[in-house]
Amino acid sequence: MRFVRRYLIPRLIQYVLVTWLGITVVFIIPRLLPSDPIESMVATLQAQGTFRDPEAVREMVNTLRDMYGLEKSLPEQYISFWRRLFSADFGPSYFSFPTPVINLISRSFPWTVGLLLTTTVLSWIIGNITGGLSGYFTGNGLLRILDWVVMFLRPIPYYVLGLTLVILFAYLLPIFPFEGGYTIGMKIAFTWTFIKDVLNHAFLPALSLSLLGVAVNHQTMRLIIQGVKEEDYIRYAKIASVKERAIFGRYAMRNALLPQITGLTLSLGQIFGGALITEIVFSYPGLGFLLYRAIVNSDYNLIMGITTISIVAITTLILLIDLLYPLFDPRIRYR
Amino acid sequence: MKTLRELSRDGRFSLGAVVVLVLLILAILSFFSPYDPTEWRVVPRDLPPSWEHPLGTDSKGQDVFWQMTFAVRNSLTLAVLAAAISRVIAVVVGLVAGYSGGIVDRVLMFISDGFLVMPLFLIIVMLAMLVREHMNTATLVILLGVLGWAWDARLIRSQVLSLREREFTYTAILSGTPTRKLIFKEYSLFIMPLVFTTLINNMAWVVGMEITLALIGLTNLEIPTLGAMLRWAVSYQAMLLGLWWWLLAPIGISIALFVSLYLVSLGISEYLDPRARIQRVGAR
Repeated sequence: MRFVRRYLIPRLIQYVLVTWLGITVVFIIPRLLPSDPIESMVATLQAQGTFRDPEAVREMVNTLRDMYGLEKSLPEQYISFWRRLFSADFGPSYFSFPTPVINLISRSFPWTVGLLLTTTVLSWIIGNITGGLSGYFTGNGLLRILDWVVMFLRPIPYYVLGLTLVILFAYLLPIFPFEGGYTIGMKIAFTWTFIKDVLNHAFLPALSLSLLGVAVNHQTMRLIIQGVKEEDYIRYAKIASVKERAIFGRYAMRNALLPQITGLTLSLGQIFGGALITEIVFSYPGLGFLLYRAIVNSDYNLIMGITTISIVAITTLILLIDLLYPLFDPRIRYR
Repeated sequence: MKTLRELSRDGRFSLGAVVVLVLLILAILSFFSPYDPTEWRVVPRDLPPSWEHPLGTDSKGQDVFWQMTFAVRNSLTLAVLAAAISRVIAVVVGLVAGYSGGIVDRVLMFISDGFLVMPLFLIIVMLAMLVREHMNTATLVILLGVLGWAWDARLIRSQVLSLREREFTYTAILSGTPTRKLIFKEYSLFIMPLVFTTLINNMAWVVGMEITLALIGLTNLEIPTLGAMLRWAVSYQAMLLGLWWWLLAPIGISIALFVSLYLVSLGISEYLDPRARIQRVGAR
């Protein structure tokens, strides 16, 4: 019971508060402008000069008016904003009118989740192993080289790395497709050929995300292990002539992994942003590419929808990791 | 001077510093450019690199090399300004949270945790969409400056937390030093190095974000920055047309910029952390 009170309940409160904060920010941002956001939106659309269905424009202005509710007082606006959120209603999309925004998002969502989860888990595991090894066995030449590679890879932003990979693979080494999520015209079905095609298309975006993920995990893990290596219990284990491999695997790594789990929860927002950016580079049909199309078409409804859903998704994912954390750390279980 | 000599013993730091220096020279060269960066068709189009045009020319009829000097200058200016703004916020938040503790600390750290957890990229996109019509260097500086402080505020806070428990803090308080003086005279010595390393990392983040925003079409492409250059090259299909020099120049320079800034900050932070220094030298 103490576990529930000390660990579970604070986490749940934190979850609710952070989600509330994020969504409130989404509510506030369009209201920061001194001018009428709807007017400026319409002006932007007109400035683009493309022909649009007047019905679509009117409908969009209506939902915007309704969503922003600018005639009403601020608290009233805020309440109606939340009411819409709970019914998952973000209004119709503008560029593919009259499809509701939520439909577009739910179509793209699985792609992002698939890409994000696979690469995050994979790069967390690989990065921690290589980082741990290179932090523990400092003399190894091969690991030294790896350290240097990682050092050059880590500071590169997602977009630039993605673009570099596109250039490399598309023109110098054309073995992987670098655009889209599957071959256009292919039937979406649960067959081996389709799955193979999807994996083939996912390879480059996944590689791009994983390289950076591994680099980050490698470096932080290396630092943590270097700290752990100086701890007394490692020294005792050495004196007791425990095998080096056992010390590394059972004592050093296990303790060093805990801060890495916390680190993962803190950097998830950034990783998510990176996944969106990578999707844009590779035209991968997830939320990122949807966001790009929304930006190009000034589809503010869609952008707001994507942002809100992403905030909820990320905070929930973090909550899940936090709830699993006691499984790894007995100190919390028995507190 | 002594610090610099010790720092340069670290091969990584020297490498980074040299590259940063070269980039700075490039930025300064832009003042001597024979061409106006905003003007199109000043040179023949699509020429490969030659003696006359060291990095070739692009489809807009501009010289890639001189265009790049402007890009480096503008990107670096942008980065320094935005990073300076976010440093001010980070220092204030970190100091106030760390020093006052209690409920103030909780609230401030809750906000900065919120910033960390949130997909900041999406928030930036939402804001950038709104100011799209008025996007220029100043807007971008404010936008990125106001949003990039959360992690560094945390670092400064934890530093202040440990300083607050040190002996000299108690001595100062007991001998009646005003809080203001304590913070500005005593603590600033410990915090400045932190401000400096986070400044470099934040600059890299700003340049990267600018490139990303430019490539998705949310910045003003009239101003030559690294992002704008890349965006023009990509939207003119430089890759398909085989104009590799147009694309390679900004990509190469930006990678050099990110890596060198990172190496410099790595060198400095290891220099500041004596434990890491000892490990590097190998003394036990």
